[in-house]
Amino acid sequence: MIANPSHPNHHRIVITGVGLTSPNGNDLQEFRQNLLQGVSGVVPYNIRYVGDTLAGVCDYDELRHQKRKEVRRGTRAGSVGVYCAHETILDSGIDWENQDKSRVGVYIGLTEHGNVETENEVYQLQGYDYDTAYWSHHHNPRTVANNPAGEVSLNLGITGPHYTIGAACAAGNAGVIQGAQMLRLNECDVAIGGGVSESIHTFGIFASFKSQGALAEHEDPVRASRPFDVARSGIVVAEGGCLYTLERLDDARRRGANIYGEVVGYSMNSDASDFVLPNPHRQAECIQLALRRAGLAPEEIDVVSTHATGTASGDEQECEALRQVFGEHCENTFFNNTKSYIGHAMGAAGALELAGNLTAFEDGICHPTINVDELDTACDLAGLVVNEPREVGNIRYILNNSFGMLGINSVVIIGKF
Amino acid sequence: MTLAEIREEIIDILHDIAPDEDLSELKDDVTFRDQLELDSMDFLDIVMELRKRHRVQIPEEDYGELASMQRTVTYLEPLLKDVARVS
Repeated sequence: MIANPSHPNHHRIVITGVGLTSPNGNDLQEFRQNLLQGVSGVVPYNIRYVGDTLAGVCDYDELRHQKRKEVRRGTRAGSVGVYCAHETILDSGIDWENQDKSRVGVYIGLTEHGNVETENEVYQLQGYDYDTAYWSHHHNPRTVANNPAGEVSLNLGITGPHYTIGAACAAGNAGVIQGAQMLRLNECDVAIGGGVSESIHTFGIFASFKSQGALAEHEDPVRASRPFDVARSGIVVAEGGCLYTLERLDDARRRGANIYGEVVGYSMNSDASDFVLPNPHRQAECIQLALRRAGLAPEEIDVVSTHATGTASGDEQECEALRQVFGEHCENTFFNNTKSYIGHAMGAAGALELAGNLTAFEDGICHPTINVDELDTACDLAGLVVNEPREVGNIRYILNNSFGMLGINSVVIIGKF
Repeated sequence: MTLAEIREEIIDILHDIAPDEDLSELKDDVTFRDQLELDSMDFLDIVMELRKRHRVQIPEEDYGELASMQRTVTYLEPLLKDVARVS
């Protein structure tokens, strides 16, 4: 059991701040409003070698929390991380000036890192006949796997632990889970956890999805990301970030913090079956494990935020997993999808998609999955909220799925507080 | 490049490397580090930019010659005298 009323509050972990940038919003309020109004963040995009394609692109003000020199020296993932970290701390209301920075931990989930800088360096190196004397001395600090978390630590003067969690597209949830675990282990008093993505700046990710037959195409960009629709054609790659401020309940209460919700359950497991194809049985086991740890029955979950990316098989497999867990008797459990608005924000996806649902505790609305013109019968979940928001009423528990390549599965359950 | 053109070139490089700095009152006889927030990576950027722009190779033992604008221009003058400034 992770969170149970019998546990001392020291072991109960709550969300007290949210900082995010998404292709359709640069703070939680804007993001939520656009999800309820069906506003997409997918736009035409061009990247070297691949050419014209589509992507979810963020327009946050990178100079809001960084100097020009910091932006120049660092990476896009680092910049996204710094923006989100500042915003989550501001949102939390923590007295940052007097906060013991050695007791703050930074745990950032990543799908990949280093591809952007490596591609850029190789590209410019060809102009110098591949003479490595022209290879940048910035390459290593930009491409070390801890880079985005390290940039957050440098920018904010955080001297507690910082590292990233490589967890493919399950990484956003993994960052939240890591933060919660480190708080429970008393490794820190404030955990900044979530995920970031700079993936739209590497041509390789687009080219690889295209070669795999999994890159979305559509004449209308905002209609391209269409999980569960019979005409879905694949993934729209997106950038973004979402970092949560996590604290132990007793600390949060002591300072009178606003509490968005409680991390009541989580789980991670592995398919151990294929490099890219998901395994619905393992996904179902992951969901069931999170439910068991939370002490919840499936029918107690009000909203399920699906991972579905808009690929032919992936969406179908997740629906199979969801049917295994939620069956026919969960008539008050509703399912939605946020990638249909913003594309797949890779390492940030799980954290962003959870954030998109978090405000439902207050407004009682389940935002829909959009762009469903003809629902694929293989994805016809009884409680799937399609195209229009649904007023659900009192929402007590939100379950957030996030899965990734090499068979990595993650589930986080947040309870209303 | 003339001495004035070399100075212009270095100012141009510094604008890229230290975009938050006001270079309008840079004193040529004072070290860069005493006037600007530059660290060792920034000095390597100056070396790399000169290499990329003009194929000038500056050996590591000469990096100290780039301490101030005056010393940099003096050091580069023989290396760049036959090179045209790229605007």
